[in-house]
Amino acid sequence: MEFNYNLEGGNFSRAGAASSEVKKLLKQLNVSPALIKRIVIALYEAEVNVVAHAYEGVMNVVFDNQTIRVKITDKGPGIPDIGLAMQEGYSTASPKVREMGFGAGMGLPNMKKNCDSLSIESQVGVGTTVTMITHLQ
Amino acid sequence: MTPKDIIQLLDAHCICGEEHLQRNVRNAFAADLMSDVLRVDTSEMLLITGMANLQVIRTAEMSDIPFILFVRGKMVTPEMEALARENDMVVLTCPQSMFKVCGELYKAGLQPIY
Ligand SMILES: Nc1ncnc2c1ncn2[C@@H]1O[C@H](COP(=O)(O)OP(=O)(O)O)[C@@H](O)[C@H]1O
Ligand SMILES: [Mg+2]
Repeated sequence: MEFNYNLEGGNFSRAGAASSEVKKLLKQLNVSPALIKRIVIALYEAEVNVVAHAYEGVMNVVFDNQTIRVKITDKGPGIPDIGLAMQEGYSTASPKVREMGFGAGMGLPNMKKNCDSLSIESQVGVGTTVTMITHLQ
Repeated sequence: MTPKDIIQLLDAHCICGEEHLQRNVRNAFAADLMSDVLRVDTSEMLLITGMANLQVIRTAEMSDIPFILFVRGKMVTPEMEALARENDMVVLTCPQSMFKVCGELYKAGLQPIY
């Protein structure tokens, strides 16, 4: 099965809508609540990153009985130094993002913690692609 | 402790989730930073927060948090309430400060998550 959701940069009232849809799908597949929580937290962090740091994006979700593979592709400023961005506490979030309760620089490390495999590709001035794979068993 | 006990103790107001007021609340976590909430592994807990926006409800949804208490008389918008109802959450508000609320609930036996 494959699903695509559009993500809107800057629109905090929509942030989480895509992750919420994926959560509903996983519930229907009878995935355990603990595993669903891991997966959707990672997705939500990624979704918030597009809203907080990029202009627009797409969340592409592909799953079968064994794995869920999510690719979040955005058009945005890109990440100049991915190693630095992965460090706990590193953040370039705007004051507006911080006012919303985000921007602690813990999102990428939390995504890594909550999926089986995380890969990030980014081109400065073009955008970022985050891929997360998690086994469903 | 139940949501009903919390309402009595703090003179709190129930925004939604009236049907769950007898459920058991064992643990609580207090934070205004949603980034911190998203790092907590415990699910069945009460989130105490002074941050009031739609992302608090979203964060609770993703984290399977069924109980939220807004302190300092924060307003819950109709949009927040609708999302909380959709997710079957209990949402309470109270006028006291975060420190006071945490102190009272701790004294009454509510456990921290760590
Ligand atoms: N999709 C993205 N586009 C551009 N920059 C990003 C993106 N995701 C993350 N970043 C960069 O990596 C940093 C760290 O991200 P993260 O760990 O999620 O922390 P936070 O979002 O709280 O700043 C961000 O502050 C930002 O500089
Ligand atoms: Mg982030």
